[in-house]
Amino acid sequence: MSDITATGRRLPDRLDNPVKSAVMSWESLLVLVALAIFLANSFASPYFLNAWSLSDLTFNFTEKGLIALAMALVIITGEIDLSVASIIALASTLMGLALQYGADTPTLVAVGVGVGVLCGAFNGFLVTGLKLPSIVVTIGTMSLFRGIAYIILGDQSFKGYPPSFSWFGQGYVWWVISFELVLFLVAAVVFYVLLHHTNFGRRVFAIGNNATAAQFSGVRVDRIKFVLFCLTGLMSGIAAVLLTARLGSTRPSIAEGFELDVVTMVVLGGVSILGGAGSIIGVVIAAFIIGLVTFGLGLLNVPGIVMTIFTGSLLIVVIALPILWKMWKERRA
Amino acid sequence: MNRLLKSRELWLAMAILAVLVLVTLRFPRFATPGNLLTIFNDTSILMMLALGQMAVILTRSIDLSVASNLALTGMLVALTNAAFPMIPVPLLIAGCVLVGATLGAFNGILVWKLNIPPIVVTLGTLTIFRGLAFVASGGTWVNAAQMSPDFIQLQRGVFLGLPVLSWFAIVVAVLVYILMTRTPWGRAFYAIGVNPTAAVYTGINVGRTKFLAFVLSGALAGLAGYLYVSKYVIASTESAGGYELTVIAACVIGGVSIAGGIGTVGGALLGALFLGLVNNALPVIGVSPFWQMAISGVAILLAVVLNATSERSKGRIILKKAEVAA
Amino acid sequence: MTDPILTLTGISKSFPGVRALHQVALELYPGEVTALIGENGAGKSTLVKTMTGIYQPDEGEIRVNGKQVTLPTAHSASDVGITAIHQETVLFDELSVAENIYLGHAPRNRFGLIDWGRMRREAQETLDSMAAGIDASMPLKELGIAKKHLVAVARALSVDAQVVIMDEPTAALSQKEIEELYVLVELLKKDGKAILFISHKFDEIYRIADRYTVFRDGEQVGKGFIKDTPQGEIVRMMVGRSVDQIFPARSAAIGETVLEVSGLSHPTEFDNVSFSVRKGEILGFYGLVGAGRSEVMQAVFGMTKPSGGSMVLEGKAVAPRSPADAVEAGIVYVPEERGKQGVITGEPIVKNVSLPSLKKTSKSGFLRMAEEYKLARTYTERLDLRASSLSQNASTLSGGNQQKVVIAKWLATLPKVIILDEPTKGIDIGSKAAVHEFMGELVAQGLSVIMVSSELPEVLGMSDRIVVMREGLVVDTLENKDLQPETLVRLAAGIAEEKAA
Repeated sequence: MSDITATGRRLPDRLDNPVKSAVMSWESLLVLVALAIFLANSFASPYFLNAWSLSDLTFNFTEKGLIALAMALVIITGEIDLSVASIIALASTLMGLALQYGADTPTLVAVGVGVGVLCGAFNGFLVTGLKLPSIVVTIGTMSLFRGIAYIILGDQSFKGYPPSFSWFGQGYVWWVISFELVLFLVAAVVFYVLLHHTNFGRRVFAIGNNATAAQFSGVRVDRIKFVLFCLTGLMSGIAAVLLTARLGSTRPSIAEGFELDVVTMVVLGGVSILGGAGSIIGVVIAAFIIGLVTFGLGLLNVPGIVMTIFTGSLLIVVIALPILWKMWKERRA
Repeated sequence: MNRLLKSRELWLAMAILAVLVLVTLRFPRFATPGNLLTIFNDTSILMMLALGQMAVILTRSIDLSVASNLALTGMLVALTNAAFPMIPVPLLIAGCVLVGATLGAFNGILVWKLNIPPIVVTLGTLTIFRGLAFVASGGTWVNAAQMSPDFIQLQRGVFLGLPVLSWFAIVVAVLVYILMTRTPWGRAFYAIGVNPTAAVYTGINVGRTKFLAFVLSGALAGLAGYLYVSKYVIASTESAGGYELTVIAACVIGGVSIAGGIGTVGGALLGALFLGLVNNALPVIGVSPFWQMAISGVAILLAVVLNATSERSKGRIILKKAEVAA
Repeated sequence: MTDPILTLTGISKSFPGVRALHQVALELYPGEVTALIGENGAGKSTLVKTMTGIYQPDEGEIRVNGKQVTLPTAHSASDVGITAIHQETVLFDELSVAENIYLGHAPRNRFGLIDWGRMRREAQETLDSMAAGIDASMPLKELGIAKKHLVAVARALSVDAQVVIMDEPTAALSQKEIEELYVLVELLKKDGKAILFISHKFDEIYRIADRYTVFRDGEQVGKGFIKDTPQGEIVRMMVGRSVDQIFPARSAAIGETVLEVSGLSHPTEFDNVSFSVRKGEILGFYGLVGAGRSEVMQAVFGMTKPSGGSMVLEGKAVAPRSPADAVEAGIVYVPEERGKQGVITGEPIVKNVSLPSLKKTSKSGFLRMAEEYKLARTYTERLDLRASSLSQNASTLSGGNQQKVVIAKWLATLPKVIILDEPTKGIDIGSKAAVHEFMGELVAQGLSVIMVSSELPEVLGMSDRIVVMREGLVVDTLENKDLQPETLVRLAAGIAEEKAA
């Protein structure tokens, strides 16, 4: 097959204008939404535009955001992981248990991260090895992981984490820039490169668009999905370290409901819940938006639960609007 | 006979019996009729919600908003009762069903007309409905003292030896059974779950059928709203928090396939009863109730593994020797 | 002369980028069979979907018994008495046979509830009247493909229809079952029903049809009575040019055996399948639709796990457990279902082509788009792909061009054995010739080609040797020298055997 020569017409690489499509993208819409909320916040509260306020704001989304980065990849392949919050609970509980046996800070971190990866691997095995639907599997492991935390802790809690450990959740790298924020930004860059600039990322999209055709094209679909569940477990383990360090204690109810916030972040970030489409930039902006909304409403003394109306509506409206717009345009045509 | 052995419901019923027998061997007082009726009564609400959820899952959808729907309707009915105690309770119940159905219709319309994936829609309404419950109550609770005696007592009345709450579950189960097996509407749930393309060819409107499933699920969640509030004599924003997953768990344990098209009323009821039984048995055998969550997790995983192995297609049947003789 | 039951006039239907139907007309008469003839892509399926309420025509009118009707849903079509037996079996695996027959028009009792007893009884009666040998109460999924088709026929009979559309009803049936179907068609005719019969098989059309209508490229190009029209004339109308397909002369030198498959088995799909393919050879696989050929190929490609048997590639034992393994070993597969298994429709051409070759185009795992464009351009231009750019979404390409994308994707991996499953199904005549010519070039360059095809001229025109399969078994392997088409058909349908029995 060496005698292949380019004959006939030249096929151009692309016809669309990359600048124009960037301007018209979902991410630009999200940036506008983020700016609008930012402006509204700064008008609504005099305390908002302050370096420390803004720094506090980031704690609202860094832990969830870290998980959302990995969850985005899982959802792009057409799967979902609802057990992330329960992984945090189990990892945090086992860290607390290790603490009772006198573990030092590096060991604590290793336990948290390790438990996360193992939980993810367990999910991954059930989904790819036994070919079970991920939504049911992770509803099951969601009960199982947190259930183990409840068995260990009951209505007790672990306290007394050493200060060197607490730094992960409370420390600042420089001035108002927290360790959590730095970690989130670094992870965002890593995931951006992974998803958009590697073979692995390309295969992730292929699986999400059409898993059968991807497999027929020689993509090892199950192996990639397994890795992604492990990755989500890993990020949940890291989030467990951060959250435990920030709160300074472990209860079995820790991080309850996180999974829905994480999924909301991912979907709001433009990742299709049906798989095959999405971007890390979108997810990062969505994480900021949710942080801004939560923090802004908090400054205005709006109770947390009312904020959820806002995030819930934001989720539906942001998805429904483009659909309605398209329907309206088609009707006019 | 062969087909009977393959039935998931039979195996589940036997598993439930096995748990009963094992517990009773050590604690003979467990299996008294009185205690069994209590377990049934305690599981009534879960059973009704599981039936609604089953209808939705059959159509390849999922309703994550049922518990929030319950909380919102429960809060609204409790507030109404506190403010206007003269309104007769049956009218309030009808109102609950109507409000619940409307909330379900909101989910359904987004799924039907805008084609938004059900998991996204109900993830959104899960937070919205519960948030609205908070707004409606201003963050306060409605407690026993504010509820009218009728409101509290209606479901506790005993009719033919069973509490009215149990009767609610029985009547709902019978109605849903008839709906699922004997009406075109119910069969359409199955049809669009098994093969949506073929369903279109048979003249079934897939979107509208999903919409109806959401309305049914919502209506039952609304009914459960009243029953829940009056059973626990308190209405709070946190009522039944996270309960949507227990409801889905009951369906999965009962053999309802999350891929749609497979599931029976009997299975969903048994799935709910299994969870109810475990909850009641734990304290009796001296296991801390903190084991409950892990056990239901294991049960879900076991159920889904078993369902999948029996459902897994063994390829197309081409060889003559592989075809089942008629 | 009787009036037609159903009249279509001036029907047009377009999809984005494609004009599927243009000003077509059709009349169906009571007690008569009208054959609808045309190549794949001529618009037959679109017309059927317009008549059954699945598609709405852009213009034109439909009259039933002289009265104009609109058919907004599948229900409205069956309300006016139009029913169809579709090409792909549109049935429900998890439901019982009886319910499959009666879904949507089940008998009700006096409370308006579905009467299961009566439904089962009536379904059984219908099945028995067809001598189908199927128990109405069993789940449909336990039936083989031919019996499922009979259930679809029973469904059409159970609706009290005036117009019955049969869209290639015999494609998956054995000769014996086809004969039974003819009896059913005669019954329907006696009942005064109007039948639209869609088929590729001329023997069939001349056997049972009274009238014909020919479609080409979405337009009606001719109609008349079967008994007044010679076969050649209909074929000419169909293809719009001379009938004799020209196949490239085979010039490849056939070398030693490249792939040897022996005793490959699967619990339900195929048993004891053995064959070998040599360097520079085209090995044809012929059989009826559903004979298990694709299933064998997918096992060779590592997609499904065989229960027994072995494979030797260039002297080394191989047992691919996934397509990725097969591709690495040098075996690639161009699937029949292009849209589902071949191209990734949500992605652009370039990403489709580079997907299995990412290791080559990337640098230590990082993508290099320039290399990908280069690779994609090299192979797609070689195949004369018609597209506006390499970033065009694969879903917007025609069937023939999608096929070229899939082939380009595989050629880029420099394979040893290429398996083509129905390579020209559903693509236009021009592209067909291009694919055939290309296959000739592939073997000339020393590749081994396995071609699964249900089209006799293609199999006879292209193959060096032909393996015939029936019901999951290899019935014979023949040298393609002076082979009569009848021999293949008999072997594939098992006619000789049934006469002997």
